[in-house]
Amino acid sequence: MFENLPHIELQQYWWIIVSLLGAALVFLMFVQGGQTLIYKLGKTEDERTLIVNALGRKWELTFTTLVTFGGAFFASFPLFYSTSFGGAYWVWMIILFAFIIQAVSYEYRSKPNNFLGKKTYEVFLFINGAIGTILIGAAVSTFFTGSQFSVDKMNLLNISGDKMPIISSWENPFHGLEAIWTIEKLAFLQNLALGFSVFFLARVSGILFFINYIDNQSIVGRAKKTLKINSILFLVFFLFFLIRLMFMDGFAVTDGKVSIEANKYLHNLLEMPAILLLLLSGVILVLMGIYKTMFKNSSKGFWITSPGTVLTVFSLFLLAGFNNTAYYPSTFDLQSSLTIQNSSSSHYTLTAMSYVSILVPFVVAYIWYVWKSMTKEKISMKEIENQEHKY
Amino acid sequence: MQGIDFTLVDWSRAQFALTAMYHWIFVPLTLGITFIIAIMESIYVKTGNPEWKRITKFWTNVFAINFAIGVATGIILEFEFGTNWSNYSWFVGDIFGAPLAIEGIMAFFLESTFIAVMFFGWDKVSKRFHLLSTWLVAIGSNLSALWILVANGWMQFPTGMQFNPDTVRNEMSDFWAILFSPVAVNKFVHTVTSGYVLASIFVIGISAWYLLKKRDVLFAKRSIMVAATFGLLSSGYLIITGDESARSMAKYQPMKFAAMEGLYDGVQNAPLVAVGFLGQTKKGGTPDEIDFAFKLEIPDMLSYMAFLDANAFVPGIKDLVNGNKKHGIISYHEKIRLGRMAIESLAAYKKAKDAGKIEEAKLFLKSFRENFKYFGYGYYYGKNLNTLVPNVRFSFYSFHIMVILGGHFALLFLLVLYFTFNDKIEKMKWLLWSALLTMPLAYVASEAGWVIAEVGRQPWVIQDLMPNIAAVSQIDASSVQTTFFLFLFVFTALLIAEVKIMLTQIKKGPSPIIENQLQNQIKEENKNV
Repeated sequence: MFENLPHIELQQYWWIIVSLLGAALVFLMFVQGGQTLIYKLGKTEDERTLIVNALGRKWELTFTTLVTFGGAFFASFPLFYSTSFGGAYWVWMIILFAFIIQAVSYEYRSKPNNFLGKKTYEVFLFINGAIGTILIGAAVSTFFTGSQFSVDKMNLLNISGDKMPIISSWENPFHGLEAIWTIEKLAFLQNLALGFSVFFLARVSGILFFINYIDNQSIVGRAKKTLKINSILFLVFFLFFLIRLMFMDGFAVTDGKVSIEANKYLHNLLEMPAILLLLLSGVILVLMGIYKTMFKNSSKGFWITSPGTVLTVFSLFLLAGFNNTAYYPSTFDLQSSLTIQNSSSSHYTLTAMSYVSILVPFVVAYIWYVWKSMTKEKISMKEIENQEHKY
Repeated sequence: MQGIDFTLVDWSRAQFALTAMYHWIFVPLTLGITFIIAIMESIYVKTGNPEWKRITKFWTNVFAINFAIGVATGIILEFEFGTNWSNYSWFVGDIFGAPLAIEGIMAFFLESTFIAVMFFGWDKVSKRFHLLSTWLVAIGSNLSALWILVANGWMQFPTGMQFNPDTVRNEMSDFWAILFSPVAVNKFVHTVTSGYVLASIFVIGISAWYLLKKRDVLFAKRSIMVAATFGLLSSGYLIITGDESARSMAKYQPMKFAAMEGLYDGVQNAPLVAVGFLGQTKKGGTPDEIDFAFKLEIPDMLSYMAFLDANAFVPGIKDLVNGNKKHGIISYHEKIRLGRMAIESLAAYKKAKDAGKIEEAKLFLKSFRENFKYFGYGYYYGKNLNTLVPNVRFSFYSFHIMVILGGHFALLFLLVLYFTFNDKIEKMKWLLWSALLTMPLAYVASEAGWVIAEVGRQPWVIQDLMPNIAAVSQIDASSVQTTFFLFLFVFTALLIAEVKIMLTQIKKGPSPIIENQLQNQIKEENKNV
């Protein structure tokens, strides 16, 4: 089946899968967003415990999606893995660090004799929620604004001894951190805008999740109050990012050569109306979820905003990689930019991996089934007290 | 090769070793205890006896504490392939990335989805669905081990791939050859069964402590019964696959095999060093040599172990470095010359192809293909040959410690099981103490296994094809040092937290309420009898 597809179609198929995983990751970052609200919404010890336990039953899904996103990127576009992770070293290391401290915090937070104290684990959760979202957003924004690196595969054959035989070199001493202060074409503004968009969207999703899942009037009441400001801030940052993106120079690929094209991403949207439709539907759903919660007193906003988040992020990834666009552009050397063609795995590997991808709907189905079985009833202090395992 | 930043290479290795070893403190327990818990819960579902539910819940709590930190240390490893070994990620990403992605899709989601049911679903889903979830968590965690070990097995014995000169990387050509490579299959079974053994010792050790303290006696005895049976069966597989591993190592990684035996001069009827201590290093030779200060040998055993033939010739480190014509072993000098030819032919091929000289390019490509199997050696042109010999002390001691302890574990399981079935276990104080004291040794043996696997294959990141000096990322050594100490600090703090929490939970023991209920229930039953 897959083996008969041309290489380019397999590359596109895998770009779609990676984009979907990226989109699922941002949706599941409601856990991160929620983690930044523990003290804002939980005023008593019990309330905070309730919030942490609500999130604690979902954090592993977000974590696993991040790990799978990384693995899928590695398998399908290894040159990206090699160039970005090995180059933008500090950005990724800080992100990873934020996830290391998250993984233990739920389990250890409320356990007696936990060495660092409950508060420290709550701070860890906050750091993960803030740093994780902002930096991942900023890192993804460089898919549009570019980074400073060069790629020369022939370097691997350099055994003359004048330099390390390394394929990808980051041409900036800050190894990725420069994304938040590069003033050329105001890239830092764009990167930070997406970073904060993801941060506030995660908070909005976290709030909607609490309203949907927590059975506690005080928490839900505070959540509703704080929804407004977080939604406004999300909108401000996201609209800034999106509007500017439409008028920015982009990185076009013609016959394998990369060049700068004015309004490239606007052109992409107009030339791929399906993606335009996805993006618009995504944004509308995100807003509708917020609207229903804020003005119609609905508790189901989470289930409207979340698919919206998935569609929006999915369409942004497609915008970055499709329609002859370099998805990981180099501003140092345009021809080093990564495209889905020049950075992908071989036809054979993509075919093998495509067969594995048939499992994805099955995986989504069992996650859905378990999610439903486990959240039939809202979470309350009473339910937590009856549990032997709690966070 | 003055352009090689050895400080960077060494620190990158140290960082990977640090994260891998920390990760491996937690993983084997997860691999094994999930199955032990699944067996316990199966007994509960089958018998309906609440004591088995209590046992299951207690070990599930212990597992949860361990699992969280295993996840924390694991994420770093996946991304370190990119952050610290970026060249490697490109050179073999076409092959190595796939198992990592499949691990995510097939295993991690299974584990993380059903773990929520395992921890919180007791009153939310049916008994059978809960049991299924527990089994799926066990299967998921072991499946994830499968894929990462397939990837590791491939690094030790690259197969099922072809080098593409145009993309300058290895590309997968046979997925099944990679999945079912003899090295990968063996590595998987050996590694997961080592996890089962460690987890069994863990459960037995803690239960022994309860028995020594004369508390939770029934709980402890039942836990011991399941764990010792599981451990003994696993030990059998562990020994069989260990034996197989030695043979495949002798075949595919003879240098690692020689290093772990401290064998410098190859011999026929090679004896196995049963116990030995290494002495001083004699510098200046090619390669440097380490004598034994003391050794106790079993005649012919090494030859038999390696080739199932007591008369077989086992090459030593010197034979491998300097070559041995009689036994058809070519020297490292020659391999380096051929490897260099492969690299230069590839560069010439690319140049000729770019210039449109197709016939010339074909000739260079032919020369490249002929010498490709020595590709990695080319990076060692003009270098001290000692850098191609792994650390013999590390390899020797870790191998022998692992084997001796493996024997000790099997014996312990036998004795524990014997006295448990004879209902004398709580009287055997010496055995309970040795079970308790064996707990840290299980971790030592488990880590030692990875040391021999990874240190023994140095300097190869991919056997014979890519050495560590050609695999690293272009970053400052100081950055790697910074993150090394950061991870060391954080992992150590988290490990302390984990141990403290775990000890507290163990001291607390299983829930006492049901214990009382159970005692009443037993009294009732006795009355009826």
